[in-house]
Amino acid sequence: MKEGKTVNACLLERKHFDTLLDALKVRGYKIIGPIVKDNAIVLEPVESVTQLPIGWVDEQSNGVYRLRKTDTPTLFNFTVGPHSLKQYLFPSVQKIFMTQRQGKSTESTVDEKVERKKKYAFIGLRPCELAALHIHDMVFIGGMYSDPVYQVRRKDLFLIVVNCTRAGGTCFCASMKTGPRAERGYDIAITEVYEKNQHYFILEGGSDRGMSLLKELKQGKEIDGRVQKVQELYTKAVQEMGKAVETSKLKDILAQQLEHPEYDNVGNRCLSCANCTLVCPTCFCSTVEDVTELSGASADRIRKWDSCFTLDFSYIHGGPVRLSVKSRYRQWLVHKFSTWIDQFGTFGCVGCGRCITWCPVGIDITEEIVKIRG
Amino acid sequence: MAKSKKQRKPKLAVWKFASCDGCQLSLLDCEDELLGVAKHIEIANFAEASRAISKGPYDISLVEGSITTPHDAERIHQVRRQSKILITIGACATAGGIQALRNFKDAKQFVSMVYANPKYIETLNKSTPIADHVFVDFELRGCPINKYHLLEVINAYLNGRKPNIPTYAVCVECKRRFVPCVAVTQAIPCLGPVTQAGCNALCPSYNRGCFGCYGPKETPNTSALSSYLLAQGRSREELVHLFRNFNAYSEAFRKESEAHEK
Ligand code: SF4
Ligand code: SF4
Ligand code: SF4
Ligand code: SF4
Repeated sequence: MKEGKTVNACLLERKHFDTLLDALKVRGYKIIGPIVKDNAIVLEPVESVTQLPIGWVDEQSNGVYRLRKTDTPTLFNFTVGPHSLKQYLFPSVQKIFMTQRQGKSTESTVDEKVERKKKYAFIGLRPCELAALHIHDMVFIGGMYSDPVYQVRRKDLFLIVVNCTRAGGTCFCASMKTGPRAERGYDIAITEVYEKNQHYFILEGGSDRGMSLLKELKQGKEIDGRVQKVQELYTKAVQEMGKAVETSKLKDILAQQLEHPEYDNVGNRCLSCANCTLVCPTCFCSTVEDVTELSGASADRIRKWDSCFTLDFSYIHGGPVRLSVKSRYRQWLVHKFSTWIDQFGTFGCVGCGRCITWCPVGIDITEEIVKIRG
Repeated sequence: MAKSKKQRKPKLAVWKFASCDGCQLSLLDCEDELLGVAKHIEIANFAEASRAISKGPYDISLVEGSITTPHDAERIHQVRRQSKILITIGACATAGGIQALRNFKDAKQFVSMVYANPKYIETLNKSTPIADHVFVDFELRGCPINKYHLLEVINAYLNGRKPNIPTYAVCVECKRRFVPCVAVTQAIPCLGPVTQAGCNALCPSYNRGCFGCYGPKETPNTSALSSYLLAQGRSREELVHLFRNFNAYSEAFRKESEAHEK
């Protein structure tokens, strides 16, 4: 917090919410935020506050997502939808390079078109989403080799997180310690308050540029006392969270229980459709396809999202090694909650609940963990 | 590898069995790409495109349609004998097609109901895929096939590489194009999780469930999908209809529909 030049927290009235979007536009950002489309709340370009899901509430449970319109004109009274930051930073289909035949040798040229011209501001991300972003940073740019596609898209993101005051039906962020309030990694954090005759937002700056933006906004009433009030809202969200994962010693338990009979059981119910991994904001697997020009004079290499639930994923010389669905489910669960720690030092799950909601047969990773823990 | 000018171009033939012609027309539908293909391949036998037919043997045969008559059951062996590589195209050739619905009933009864003089009709009791009769090198699924898949398979052949044809579920394509799942948002019965990708999730992107045009995916867990739909209140009759479409006679879908018919 820099005295005088910046503001670290302020109160923004609902009627002035547009000024936040305007301040982003003036800075040259393309704003991506939540909108209602195809019966879900998805992340797409947003120009004005009227496009936000005003009054919409999502109801989620295992394999079920329903939207309901209410008379309460809240802007953010929903939790995570099927989309996530992942699709903007790690495109689902991406040409990574092309090579050209020159006589008998081949010469590879890296396709430069991956460069992104727009700079993005995301509004309405949830705390778990920031935690997932932090994990993807480790995966894509944290190690010895950086992923250039991710790197260029990651630069200059302006991140506005909305703290959760209501838990979704499949959320378990509290047990993964990633929410319902964001601790770090944002430029601005918003908490929406809607009570009789009052509709306002508590805005907190999390970075220098976030704080300097707050200073430009039309300031509402004094915020003293209200910070305490929003704290109560987070507590309420934690209390109503119906799911949890007991994380103590989980890494070792899973590593020791690879032959647990529950894997046979879930292997019989799982469709190996890959939905859980593809909606997961931390899953990062991809495959590459080489596509030649008919004459063979040039070829493109295309990277596409893949998943450990597909048969080809484990194809090595001689054939795929994960033939059974059971072995694919085990790969996913053990990676998320055990081997991910060996790889990156954290769990690979942030408790967003997407894999539970978007599984077409409602398989619940938290229930599976309860059974395997025994 | 790409053929140099001195080498002869590989010869391609297109054959038709019991089918609607939609799949072979996808080859003509490749308007922009067709000239490019013709530069590298001699289209030697393609009745839909030209009456000029050059004799076999052929390097590649594309076979459309299923086997439904005793005559066709003979003819497919002749085709196989003249073909180095035989690729079946479409649900008819790979699974028996929509006409395989007869396989679940007595075809003779249909014949006597439909035709004034049934004695002139010579038909087999079942409509069967080409692979039931001869060795097939590659199966290109779909009803109809995706023309880009056809180009991809020809391209892969010319360049001596593996074709990029997916075997995973339609759901993967849904997610890659960010279509919210219609099964989850609206409880629409969708065959996507047990169906091979290839259409780029066409139906879900129009807010409909998948009809299974590309047939069963690898490791299709049809019984788990059925159990879930039954628990959601769908009837067994609905399940029979769901699995009995263009790929009704593919093994996984056939077994699943039969399991609910009893
Ligand atoms: S594993 Fe499931 S709950 Fe955890 S981050 Fe991924 S989608 Fe969310
Ligand atoms: S769970 Fe599967 S898809 Fe996700 S990161 Fe791990 S191996 Fe990849
Ligand atoms: S757990 Fe659910 S979403 Fe994941 S592969 Fe299995 S059936 Fe599909
Ligand atoms: S709409 Fe159908 S194909 Fe798409 S993800 Fe859902 S179940 Fe799979």
